[in-house]
Order: sequence, then structure tokens, then C-alpha cells
Amino acid sequence: MKLDTYAEITWCPGCGNFGILTSVKNAINELIKEGIPKEKFVIASGIGCHAKIVDYINVNSFYSIHGRVPPTLTGIKLANKDLVAIGFVGDGDIYDEGISHLIHAAKRNTDITIVVHDNGVFALTTGQFTATSPKGFKGKSTPKGSIENPLNPIKLMLVSGATFVARGYAGKPEHLKELIKKAVKHKGFSFVDVLQPCVAFNNTYNFYNKKVYDLNAEGHDTSNFEQAMKKADEKEKIPIGIFYETQAQVFEDHFN
Amino acid sequence: MKTITIGGKAGDGIKAAGKLFANILSQLGYYVFVLDDYPSLITGGHNFNKISFDKKPIFSHYKETDVLIALDKKTIDKHKKELKKNGIILYDSNSFSYKGAIGIPAQDFVKEVGGIKIMRNVALLGALSYALGIDFKIVKSVLKKVYPEKADKNIVIAQKGYTFAKENVKQILRLKKIGKPKEVMSGNTAIAYGAVRAGLDIYIAYPMTPATSILHYLAKNSQKFKLKVVQPENEISVINMALGSAYAGAKTMIGTSGGGFALMNEALSLAGMSETPIVIVECQRPGPSTGVPTYTSQADLNFVLNAGHGEFPKVVIAPGTNEQAYYKSAEALYLAWKYQVPVILLSDKHLSESLKTFEVKNLKKVKIKTSNGGKNYKRYLITKDGVSPIAFPGTKDSVVKASSYEHDEFGITTEEPEVVKKMQQKRLRKMKAIEKEVEKLEAVKVYGKGKNVIVTWGSSIGAVLEAAKGLKNVKIVQIIYMLPFPKKSVEKHLKNAKKIVCVEANATGQLANLIKLNTGIEIKNKILKYDSREFEPIELLNELKRWLK
Ligand SMILES: Cc1ncc(C[n+]2csc(CCOP(=O)(O)OP(=O)(O)O)c2C)c(N)n1
Ligand code: SF4
Ligand SMILES: [Mg+2]
Repeated sequence: MKLDTYAEITWCPGCGNFGILTSVKNAINELIKEGIPKEKFVIASGIGCHAKIVDYINVNSFYSIHGRVPPTLTGIKLANKDLVAIGFVGDGDIYDEGISHLIHAAKRNTDITIVVHDNGVFALTTGQFTATSPKGFKGKSTPKGSIENPLNPIKLMLVSGATFVARGYAGKPEHLKELIKKAVKHKGFSFVDVLQPCVAFNNTYNFYNKKVYDLNAEGHDTSNFEQAMKKADEKEKIPIGIFYETQAQVFEDHFN
Repeated sequence: MKTITIGGKAGDGIKAAGKLFANILSQLGYYVFVLDDYPSLITGGHNFNKISFDKKPIFSHYKETDVLIALDKKTIDKHKKELKKNGIILYDSNSFSYKGAIGIPAQDFVKEVGGIKIMRNVALLGALSYALGIDFKIVKSVLKKVYPEKADKNIVIAQKGYTFAKENVKQILRLKKIGKPKEVMSGNTAIAYGAVRAGLDIYIAYPMTPATSILHYLAKNSQKFKLKVVQPENEISVINMALGSAYAGAKTMIGTSGGGFALMNEALSLAGMSETPIVIVECQRPGPSTGVPTYTSQADLNFVLNAGHGEFPKVVIAPGTNEQAYYKSAEALYLAWKYQVPVILLSDKHLSESLKTFEVKNLKKVKIKTSNGGKNYKRYLITKDGVSPIAFPGTKDSVVKASSYEHDEFGITTEEPEVVKKMQQKRLRKMKAIEKEVEKLEAVKVYGKGKNVIVTWGSSIGAVLEAAKGLKNVKIVQIIYMLPFPKKSVEKHLKNAKKIVCVEANATGQLANLIKLNTGIEIKNKILKYDSREFEPIELLNELKRWLK
């Protein structure tokens, strides 16, 4: 099924968002084939380059505001828990502006999927450091380099109670598609941090191409929380795949 | 009209006593109004309730009191001067002694049945019931209703107080059953109940006085009302969650006070742009900032009228009495869904937390026409009145796209100036349709006839109505709809007035300014109160007399 809209895609050529868009469309298409009716999908986004993705996919969507996707999706599930809710957020969007919502959505175990387009930069505002920019990041607001250490989203989500924690890479769309499918099928709060090169302000293709490896191919035990925490600390090589997966009661199921 | 004042420390059950006695009086068929006055602390301090009642409808408490009930000495020291000539004081003589007042060994009665200290209030209410000549059967039935689980001990304690009073207290009244029992409700309960009866599906809030009791009441009754009640991490989450649930088809209301509403502003504008229906209850308290959190004020009018960046249609309704709170809450839900706009229900501490008797009539469930969607469905279809057919995600063969960005009819982002202009016009056209509809609703309420006019709004109407009982030749104009402003009607009622006085609980005369802005009529005489306390009828009457001389 073609999931395109007539909207003109305005991302920079070569942007990592293209890889994410392809993965998402393929994932949704396969999930439709597997039996989820198309009208059940609802996607939402924050504000930033990443957020434009909702305009590019022809399913129900709520183009929300900066940082607020988790509550938007939680509300959608509260009203109708049969809907399949997927959020597309930016690193600035969700690790800066809306971080409290992300933590609480994980803690609640709302049955939603959050896909972070983690490019380590505020891209749409033309390049400032975010919570995941490395220390020393030279952006327009930090000409001498950022003085802050980045936070570790995988560890943050693990300790916040997320029941599905994964990392993908925009440069590996097939792997990312599989991750997104698993995240959507997981009943509970699913978190996928996607390493996303931004060719304009933080071009990380070469860096990630050299460093990423599939941790699930190396026999990582996704039911082991401590192991997941350790893997989340790896920096020399960067693991992608599912770090941790568990089952717990879902927020909206507590209501009649 | 009679008034009982009951006071003590926080934790002494003052509010519970006020509610209990209001229920006893309403059971007898009396009209009751209860003020609950308490500082921002959990234990200690000084709390008091003023319970005023009458055979005829009553709209405010009065300061002057017939009976003073004291659980601590401070209560007598503070309120003695309010006692009427033949007034009596009943107090717990196990806690302190006071010459010239009637001691009731309340603590002893509680101990005798193995009760807890807070039950002293019931012992004193037993004695009070005797002093007012109320049949004990009524007291008993109300205790059973209010404390279904703890009724037995309370009944024995009340009985002990009652019997003790028989020997030691002179009856000052003989209150017999004079009519049908009435409902006693706080403004917040009325708001909550009105919305529920109109078909509310979800209530979301973060605690903030004086809106919190809506959250408590609805959480407690969620099962009965088939309602989902959620307390998220902050007010920003509250409103965004509510917009999500409304987008997915659930009638959703949220509640807060000024500070929380400030946090919601960005998403209020999102509601306007995405055309998502929502009811926001804003219960005012005195600011700026944290201000005087447990007291009252009407100083957020300008704020809510101007809230949200950009230009978009919204409605602001300010009920003044508990029954108006009930009906207007339902109306808010109706307008929000009919026109797909944010509706702000503006209350204040005095309305939200005072109890009042009123007749609760049934309300119609809000029914809106929804669209069946379809392949060509457009969430933002341009229509004559600006209202687009609403469908929800999950509708077969349909794609429902909502957006915070300026968008085309389908919901895709646009930056084309012609489309931007068209969509802006489409949204603003809804305001014209709302204005027409509001002309048919009670946007202004007029009481009495006369050459002089008192204009007021919100909870201040209560004291105004009571004060006006002592005035001749005055008409009272209560403005209920602040947006859209009922210009024609206000003009008509003010135009030929000899003198106009505006009564409101803020320092700058916000309603008076709004009237000038909309009608050009300048009101020079303003009675403004901004000491964080509500108007009191007798004090207000004295001021009004000066102005209307
Ligand atoms: C409340 C608010 N503050 C600031 C902005 C401005 N703004 C727009 S996009 C953006 C940064 C987006 O960064 P990120 O979320 O990482 O998305 P990216 O553009 O990198 O995909 C900011 C700060 C906004 N839209 N809303
Ligand atoms: S600025 Fe960066 S994130 Fe935005 S479209 Fe261009 S490459 Fe992509
Ligand atoms: Mg970014």
C-alpha cells in the first residue's frame, strides 16, 4: 500500500530522516498486511525536522507541539485503546523540552511507541546543542564547544520503567524497520532511540557506520536488566538493537 | 436569616462540620450557604465555616453570627465581635474554659465511645441541633448519609451532645421541617456534576487549590460516573493529554488555577489551531504568583481572555452561583464540541469551595454530529460557518490529520499565504456562529428593576444579591459570558442607568474595563476588593449605599 501523501518532502538531501521514513512506512505496511487495519494507526510528532514525518505518511496523525508527544499519545490511548499509537520526536524535543513527559510515559507503561530522531542537535532552529550532543559540540549557541555532558537516553529509559528499550540507526533501515515493528507489537511503553545523521549540522554517517553493531546478533539477553544497563554504557562500539524487553500491566488497562 | 460560625484548628473537622450542618438544615427544607475559610497549612492555624440559612433562597454567608461554635479558644477571640446581641457561644470545655460561654464536654463524649479527637465537632453539632430546636431524628439520618461507614459512633456522640444541651442550653430557635430536602453542593462539585451529566468521558488535572476538589470528587466517583480520571506529571501534560483524548473522540475536561493555566497556554493555542474541543476550568485565587493560595480573587479575567498566542476562537464563561456552575459547565462542554474550540469556565475560590443549596435538574447529554469520514474526508474542510465535520481516528477508510502548524483542508502543513489566510478566516468564522448561539443563552442575568444599576460577575453576585435586599430602585446585571461578550444586552441594561456601580474582587476593575472596551460605557464607581477575601453582604451594602446615595 502506498502510504505517501502529496506533501513535498523538505528535508535536506541525504538527511537521516529519509532512512527513518522508509523504515516506518515499510513497518506500517507490513503490520497492515499482518492484520492491523490501517485506520487504527495514529502517529504524532513534536516540532523539529523530524516532526515533518507526519505530513509524509498517509495515516491518522496529530502534529503536536515541541516536546509534548507522550501526553498527546497517552490521551489518544485513554480515549481509544484499540488505536496503535506511534510518536516521532526529536532529541531536543524529548530530551530537552519534554523530558518529564518521556520519563512519566515510561513509568506509566502506556502502550505507545516513541521513536526518537536523535541527531544530537536542534536542527530546525539551525544548529544548537541538545541533551545528547557530545561535550565540546560546537553549535551556534556554543561557539567554543558545549560545556555539558550528554545524557544517556537508553539508561534513562531503563531506570524509568520502559518495558521495551531499543536503539536503531537511520543508516540501517531494514534493521530499523524490524525494530519498529517489534516496538509497535510490544504491549507497553516502547522506546526506540534512532541514531540519525544530520548532514547540515551534525553529519555522523562515517562515525556510526564504523561503530554500530547489532547487539542481538551477539547473543545479548534482552531479559537481563543489568546486562542492558552495561550495554547502554558501551562507547567504543555502539550497540544497536533491543537492549531490554519485559511485560507489565499497561496504563490504559487500569481503566474500565 | 441566621448564621452559625464554627471554628477551630486545621484538623479539627471544621469543613466537615460545616458540610454536615448544611445537610441537616437542607434536610429541613432550608436554603443554606456555607463559606469555608482556611489558611494554607495542614494542621493548626485557624479555620472557620460560616453557615447562613433562611426560608428563602440565600446567596451568601453573613459575618454576623447567632451561634459561635468553638473548638479552640482562638475561635472565640477572633469571632466574638461578630456575635449578635442574643447570640450564644458553645465550646469544648475539655479543651479550655471561657467565661460567659456555654461549655460542652465534647472531648469526654468522644472518649466515652472510644472515638477520635476530630469527632468533637459532632458532639458540638449535637448540642447546636438542640439549641436550634432540631429533631434528633434528622441529625441521625444525616449522619448516616454523610458517614455511611462511621455513622454509629458519630450518632452516639451527637446524641450525648444533644442530651447534655437539653439540660444546659436554652433553645434559641425551633427549626421544623419547612419544605422538601435540597441538594447541598460546592461550586466545584456542581461544575464536575454538570459536566458528568452532560456526558464527560475523561477528567485530567494536576492538584492546585482551589480546583483540586473537582479532581477529588471525580476520582472518588469515577466508577459510578463511568469516567476516567488521570493526574499526570504537570499541567502541560494535562492539557496535551486532554487534546489527545479529545482528538480521539473523548469529551474531556481539565481543571487548574491561574498558575497551572499559565503553563497550559501554549497548548491552549494548539487547541485553537488544531480545532480540538476542550473545557478548561480555571478556579481563580489571589496572585500574582503563588499569592494567597487558599483565598479568593477575580483577577484572572484579563489573563484568560487574552490567553494563548495568536488569534483563535475561544469561549470564556464565568458562572457566579453553584447552580450556574452546574448548568454552565454542561453548556461549556456543548459549545466546545459543537464548535471545536477551547472553552474556559472561569470560577474562583469563593464559588468553587462554598456550599449552597440548589435544585439539581436533569441535563441533556451533549450530542454532536460526527462525520463518517471516507476516502475524501478532510478534517479542516472549509465551510460556511467555519465548523468542519469531525471524525475520529479509527474511522474506516478515513485519515484524520490534526495539526499545530497552519495546514490545508486535509491537515497537511502549508505556508502558502492564500491558504493561511483562508484557514485563519475559517477558524475565526466559528466565533461569529458562537456569538449568534450565545445570544440565545443566558449570557447576562438581570435581577430586579431600578434606575441604578449594579454590575458584577462571578461569585461576587452572591453578596450583591444579598446586599440588594437592603436597597430600593436597583437593577443588578450579572455578566456571565465574557467571551463572546454580550455587547447588545449589556448596552441595553446600562445605557439608561442613573448610576452604575461595578462590584468585583480585583484591584483594577477588569470587568469595568471590559465593558468600556466593548460598549464605550465608562463606569466610574467601582467597589473593588483585593484583600484576598470575598465580599460580605452587610459590608457591601454600606458601601453601595454610599455610591448610590
Ligand atoms: C516551545 C517551543 N520552543 C522552541 C521552539 C523552537 N524549536 C523548533 S524546532 C526546535 C528544535 C528541534 O530540535 P529537535 O527536537 O532535536 O528536532 P530536529 O530539528 O533536530 O529534528 C526548537 C527549539 C518551539 N517550536 N517551541
Ligand atoms: S537540517 Fe539536518 S535534520 Fe534537518 S533536514 Fe537537514 S539534514 Fe535533516
Ligand atoms: Mg535533533
